[in-house]
Amino acid sequence: MVQSRLARIALRLATALTLAFIYLPLLVIALYAFNDSRTQAWPIDGLTLSWFGKAIDNPGARDALVTSLKAGLGATALALLLGSLAAFAVQRYRFFGRETVSFLVILPIALPGIVTGMALNATFRTLFEPFGVGLGLFTVIVGHATFCIVVVYNNVVARLRRLSRSIEEASMDLGADTWQTFRNVTLPAIRTALLAGALLAFALSFDEIIVTTFTAGDQQTLPIWIFTNLSRPNQLPIVNVVAVLVVLLSTIPVYIAQRLTQEPTGVAAPAAAAAGARQ
Amino acid sequence: MATNELTATPPRSTAGRRLATFLYRRPRLQLGLLLAAPMGWLVIAYLGSLAVLFVAAFWRLDPFTATVVHDVGLDNFRTLWNTDVYRRIAFRTIGIAAAVTLTDAILAFPIAYYMARVASRRVRGLLLVAILMPLWSSYLVKVYAWRTMLQEGGLVNWALDPLGLKGPGFGNTATWLVFSYLWLPFMILPVYAGLERIPSSLLEASGDLGAKAGRTFREVILPLAFPAVVAGSIFTFSLTLGDYITPQLVSNNQFLGNVVYDNVGVANNLPFAAAFATVPVVVMIGYLLIARRLGAFESL
Repeated sequence: MVQSRLARIALRLATALTLAFIYLPLLVIALYAFNDSRTQAWPIDGLTLSWFGKAIDNPGARDALVTSLKAGLGATALALLLGSLAAFAVQRYRFFGRETVSFLVILPIALPGIVTGMALNATFRTLFEPFGVGLGLFTVIVGHATFCIVVVYNNVVARLRRLSRSIEEASMDLGADTWQTFRNVTLPAIRTALLAGALLAFALSFDEIIVTTFTAGDQQTLPIWIFTNLSRPNQLPIVNVVAVLVVLLSTIPVYIAQRLTQEPTGVAAPAAAAAGARQ
Repeated sequence: MATNELTATPPRSTAGRRLATFLYRRPRLQLGLLLAAPMGWLVIAYLGSLAVLFVAAFWRLDPFTATVVHDVGLDNFRTLWNTDVYRRIAFRTIGIAAAVTLTDAILAFPIAYYMARVASRRVRGLLLVAILMPLWSSYLVKVYAWRTMLQEGGLVNWALDPLGLKGPGFGNTATWLVFSYLWLPFMILPVYAGLERIPSSLLEASGDLGAKAGRTFREVILPLAFPAVVAGSIFTFSLTLGDYITPQLVSNNQFLGNVVYDNVGVANNLPFAAAFATVPVVVMIGYLLIARRLGAFESL
């Protein structure tokens, strides 16, 4: 259908407005990070870089950043391992309950965060506390990994589906054993999928607050730190700086992951979540 | 010697090789090894505790000793059904979730249409990335940004002031606005995918048969894109139902999630929290059943 000139202009305008709507709040917060004044009034009086220095010197924010980085890296590593194991099983074997695996993997992210949080909280307290492991960084890592598995899983499954089995068979025919084939043939082929999955998992973990609330004990990740400091007006300038950091550290990985896969991976997980729910 | 090069030498038998051969002959064992860790965690730990949580909804809290009594009964459900406040909270949550879904459907359509049917390949790729980036990230920062913009002396009031208007302040309107903002990308993407799948020939045929643009839109595009809108609505609806941070930050009104959170965190009444948590889950299951009827799953 050929749209009329007027319709095209209207659509272009609507698109521009929607994009502005999506990015405006993020830009506003970025501007506030440079705000000269302590109050959060608009318009901003002047610009300064001093809050960045103060944020770096703030021990609470710095500890929270370190905790968040550790939690993100730990959860990503665990999700990479568990997600790719499950992906290989589903993509390479036919077995009873195969359809259920993708449903199970999606469940922690498809259910409301508060339900997953409560369930994990109960699990950790009954499974780990007898061994002297209380709520803390370790439980945050395991909790985040639980809902990050799905992004690695989806990326690896999508890649394996396109990867022809015959090149692996050729490798075996030429005398390579299972390990050599995996290292030299399979792994290079799925490398970018793993990286994309890892980046998304990290972004997801770095930004998560609800499940974290239930699993962190007295540990503070960056989102938790922001949340507890929102009610302290004189901390808000530092909160603004931390907020910008969180946006950058969780958006840039998503962007790179996008470039790596050229598939709309970001929507695959929630989309599959609903698809899984019909089983 | 030339003959030597032609003979295949059997590979040296290392421990790794022997293990590889051993596993190669036992595909069931390979499968077991692959699945043990992820399924062990997800089924035993996660699914197991979900089941316990569900059972806990039928237990009760002894009001005097503040301990959980493992008597099975429907007390919690009776309380949440008969208490006015809880019913109001449930209806408020569901009502705002519905309003958010409708708003996002309306907001998403033009940009999705532009991406799918007007934009060049390059622009389309750029727009996709621009919408995907904020989809996963910075949930809390976005809510916080809106809190700053909506407060007294914030950007919204400043922008509306010359028109003689005032912003909504904090409350249900703010909650609706922020949720609509947060979940908009979740609606745009499925609608875009749905619109892109419509074959151009159908639209041309409609035009050839004499339909003007408006009629083609109403009678060809809208019905074909509807399942995609329903698919997107699954996200906007369910994400709103389960949230409790946004209502806490931009309004004083409670949502389903707030009641659950207060009961598990503050009052330590896990049975009641678990019972209340079944409300969004049951509503969502009903919603998914309707969505399947409307063909939403085929457009995911």
